[in-house]
Amino acid sequence: MSERPPGLHDAPAEQDDSPQARAEERTPGQPAGERPGAGAEPAPRRGRKRGGRRRPLGLRAREARLGLGLVSPTLVIVLLVVVLPFLWTILMSFQRLRLIDLQNVFDVTLTLRNFRVVLGSPQLWDMVRTTLIYSIAGTALSVGMGLLTALALRRTFAGRGLIRIAVLFPYVIPVVSAALVWRTLLNPQFGPVNVFGVDVLGWDEPIGFLSERSHRFEVLGIGFDLPVALLSVIAFEAWKTFPLAFLFILARLQGMPKDLEEAARVDGATPLQRFRYVIMPQLAGVIALLVLLRFIWTFQNFNDVYLLTGGAAGTEVVAVQVYNYLINRNDVGSAAALGLLMSIVLVTAFAFYYRYGVLKQERDA
Amino acid sequence: MISREQVENRVLGVGRVLWLAFIVVICVVPLLYMLLLSVRPLQAVLSDPLDFIPSLEELNLEAYRKVIASPSEGGYGLLSFFRNSLIVAIGSVLLTVLFSVLGAYAATRLRFPGKNVINTSFFAVYMFPGIVMAIPLFVLFSRMGLRGELGALVIIYLASTVPVCVYMLRNYFRSIPEGLEDAAMVDGCNRGQVITRIVLPLAMPSIAATSLYVFMIAWNEYLFALLFLLERRDNWTVSLGLAQLDDISVSETVLMAGSVLLTLPVIALFFVAERLLVEGLTAGAEKG
Repeated sequence: MSERPPGLHDAPAEQDDSPQARAEERTPGQPAGERPGAGAEPAPRRGRKRGGRRRPLGLRAREARLGLGLVSPTLVIVLLVVVLPFLWTILMSFQRLRLIDLQNVFDVTLTLRNFRVVLGSPQLWDMVRTTLIYSIAGTALSVGMGLLTALALRRTFAGRGLIRIAVLFPYVIPVVSAALVWRTLLNPQFGPVNVFGVDVLGWDEPIGFLSERSHRFEVLGIGFDLPVALLSVIAFEAWKTFPLAFLFILARLQGMPKDLEEAARVDGATPLQRFRYVIMPQLAGVIALLVLLRFIWTFQNFNDVYLLTGGAAGTEVVAVQVYNYLINRNDVGSAAALGLLMSIVLVTAFAFYYRYGVLKQERDA
Repeated sequence: MISREQVENRVLGVGRVLWLAFIVVICVVPLLYMLLLSVRPLQAVLSDPLDFIPSLEELNLEAYRKVIASPSEGGYGLLSFFRNSLIVAIGSVLLTVLFSVLGAYAATRLRFPGKNVINTSFFAVYMFPGIVMAIPLFVLFSRMGLRGELGALVIIYLASTVPVCVYMLRNYFRSIPEGLEDAAMVDGCNRGQVITRIVLPLAMPSIAATSLYVFMIAWNEYLFALLFLLERRDNWTVSLGLAQLDDISVSETVLMAGSVLLTLPVIALFFVAERLLVEGLTAGAEKG
């Protein structure tokens, strides 16, 4: 492995590796904050003797150069594949760009047409409402199920290890497999859920869980309509992701000092009170982090909805609409405009959390 | 007189058992159903959908034969997609681990300008909407003629996982005592030797965890495979190939057989290295 990464040769070369210089570098005279490890760096391949120029700084410069060199592959790839493309998305959202005539890529006539298309779409509010219901309900359900499961599996008992493994299945299996199984389970003709409902529970007719925009239910003579397809994709999302919440919360629960809870018990706090006043406050941070992560990921989720319903039956969330603009309508500009608006929502959520420091304490904990 | 403590303990105890039973059912039954359906003839499933347990004489692997066999033999050609998925997943793992080991080492042991900016931006990148990232890449790769190439997918998976992996490895590198490295340096090792002889062997568990995490993401990924490979059937990954089968009304038993095959490698890895994967997931979390 090269110590001197290519492309950084023009950094000021101020290293001095003579034994005498190294000995000096390790003396207590070096500036505060200099770690001892950094001074002990021999690097025998380096050219010798440049005369004694500002040695501690040279050492720092070399360390900085090496650091940048090691981190640069990562930086470059992220820059090329994530950051620059995103900036380009901003530009594209103001261009009139269709997939058929990509020659227009370099035509920088800016226009607001894409935003007019996206914001003027008759399905806009439906889409916004669907996306918000989907991401908020999906997040709440996912984190809630994760919390209950973590609490239930907190103490050791026979079989706990096996249950813990089973709980992670939905999360690790490929989304395509998961969606296919759900589609088969919920199939209106021979899916076991519907067959069970009709044959055993006495439903009048099978429910198109993934194809009906709304279904009328009668309970005790009161009828009400439920958006079954939307509820089904929310259930899928919660099922697929609650193991993540479970893992995070369980890790935090197991890291909790026992004595507080023990003290509360001795003082006569019942289990629910201990949960409310001792455990919950300690979990608040990790739950806040999970809510943010899950909201951000659910909000942008494409796979689940696309694979389950294709965005039909009142489940067209924003990511699916971006895909439709891009692929089905060949309208790159509008896809970019909608994607940009979508990113703004996410950045706002992130900034809100960042502002209140939730992430910082939790990630560094 | 029963105390409130006892009542709550009783009620919560029962609730806990019920909840765990519910959770185990929803986590295990879909996979079990997938497996059971895949080894039965479709006719038997249609005639009694609630009879899950196949009788011995029913058992057959016809669905597997059909989903694996190449189209020329009347099958759906899933086997050739396995090669593509493996290339993409292993390529992503190798590159990501290489990049993230270097990056994580720099981020824990060295001081350089912009280090904090890098750390923060990684977290932001990690949460970036895949679909938004896909738009410009789609246009770019289309113009460069790279759409349809497996290499394009590897680059995307690398970029979307490497920040998380740097983060995961960094936490681990921090726990390796710096004194060891100092000692090696005093003994005449250079940085490269310190990384290959001291840090890497000590960090092997976390590198394994990172590799598993990347493998799983690359193996399971669907959106980018759909966007970039759709027009190149010979380059389809298993996920994409299976999802495309669903569109052309293939029988459910065949779909389930394909799902079992797609899921099997992930579940196998999971059982082999559950602890490592959990570690990886807790540190990284899958975007999706």
